[in-house]
Amino acid sequence: MSRAALLVLADGRFPAGGHAHSGGAEAAVKAGRITGAGSLEEFCRGRLHTTGLVSASLAAGAALGLDPVELDGAADARTPSPALRVAARKLGRQLMRAARATWPSPELDALAQEFPKGAHQPVVLGLAARAAGLGAEDAAYCAVYESVSGPASATVRLLSLDPFDATGVLARLTPELDRVARQAVEAARCAVGGGVAALPAASAPLLEIGAEAHAAWAVRLFAS
Amino acid sequence: MHLDHHHSHDGAAAVSADAHRPDGRRRALRIGLGGPVGSGKTATVAALCRALRDELALAVVTNDIYTREDAEFLLREAVLPPERITAVETGACPHTAIRDDISANLEAVEDLEDEVGPLDLILVESGGDNLTATFSKGLVDAQIFVIDVAGGDDIPRKGGPGVTTADLLVVNKTDLAPHVGSDLGRMAADAKAQRAELPVVFQSLRAEDGDGVKDVVAWVREQLTAWAA
Ligand SMILES: Nc1nc2c(ncn2[C@@H]2O[C@H](COP(=O)(O)OP(=O)(O)OP(=O)(O)O)[C@@H](O)[C@H]2O)c(=O)[nH]1
Ligand SMILES: [Mg+2]
Repeated sequence: MSRAALLVLADGRFPAGGHAHSGGAEAAVKAGRITGAGSLEEFCRGRLHTTGLVSASLAAGAALGLDPVELDGAADARTPSPALRVAARKLGRQLMRAARATWPSPELDALAQEFPKGAHQPVVLGLAARAAGLGAEDAAYCAVYESVSGPASATVRLLSLDPFDATGVLARLTPELDRVARQAVEAARCAVGGGVAALPAASAPLLEIGAEAHAAWAVRLFAS
Repeated sequence: MHLDHHHSHDGAAAVSADAHRPDGRRRALRIGLGGPVGSGKTATVAALCRALRDELALAVVTNDIYTREDAEFLLREAVLPPERITAVETGACPHTAIRDDISANLEAVEDLEDEVGPLDLILVESGGDNLTATFSKGLVDAQIFVIDVAGGDDIPRKGGPGVTTADLLVVNKTDLAPHVGSDLGRMAADAKAQRAELPVVFQSLRAEDGDGVKDVVAWVREQLTAWAA
């Protein structure tokens, strides 16, 4: 196993489709909930402790070897918004392609076969980490970081926010990223014995509602 | 033809440039159309579809920047049945979706082949971008860069990856040259200097006979012949 594989997988330039998604930031900007670095930080914090935590626990679970089909069902159950389910599967399919080309693995092949149109992205992420020789903690770190880096880089484009301010937001959130990643791994370990129901189910209703509204816009920069 | 002859694992394709579909059939030839905003990419796609749709199985992928206008224009003009036109969302960065992270576009072309295939040709239109935007070889087999005479007759001289390296350079809207004071002779000489032996076509899609696209059609036919060989 190479620790540096974590950098490859977590790199925002890893070609897995994330660049076309704002993680709810576009809807929040339009609604006036993100107007600058301060409100971006609040938005990211909220997303981290809800979607971020859930995604990280799913990813950690997949990295630990939990059944990815069961995890995918658990992800569906934790994603009420149909628009967000569609986005998560689209991103899962794109990540699957990149991961299979980068770290070929029979487990990835099997999941691709099971879900030709895409499994939930965090599940694919965990399995990709496993294929790359990484562990549950690494998978969780990728997921929590993505949960905040996506909205931050989208906001740079949407508001012409100073990129140094956006990066500062991410840096200030890092102690919380550590905490949430740890929590997610603990939950995933519980799920190894206790089943996927042991995984967290934190939700952010405004993200879900915003995603539904956003999906109906005729003109938008981001796919979600 | 840009082709890597490596094959994917079983199941869904993992490697983008594979020449064959998972079922072993040869996939469709993919041609990208890029170029600055408003140069005539969609008009060229529409004209190509009209010229070729009776003899070839065709489909189109559009990459709009923040609307679905290109896809909607093609639908309105009824150049192809709706199930043969797919719009990809690009997240404010059209060049990323055709070059750095091509996964959404690859899915669109694969889904088209699955759903309405087998296909002979898929045209992939990029969102209007700058002179450096080119398609990845993992996504398309050949690319056309479309500029127009109204965007300034110094564009061929300025070069850039699109003008210099595209497999075909199209200089569109020649009908406007007298009105905007563009010197077509100079554009042709500059393009020749940038591109050496690579082909350049001057066209106007405003031609009365609707045949303004015929040189591009001829070039596309050559690509298809080479692909099928
Ligand atoms: N005069 C003239 N107008 C043309 C010609 N080709 C296209 N146009 C017009 O130019 C405008 C832009 O054409 P499109 O085909 O939409 O350009 P595009 O490159 O697809 O534009 P984007 O996708 O927005 O970047 C339209 O109003 C076309 O009708 C031409 O040969 N001559
Ligand atoms: Mg267009």
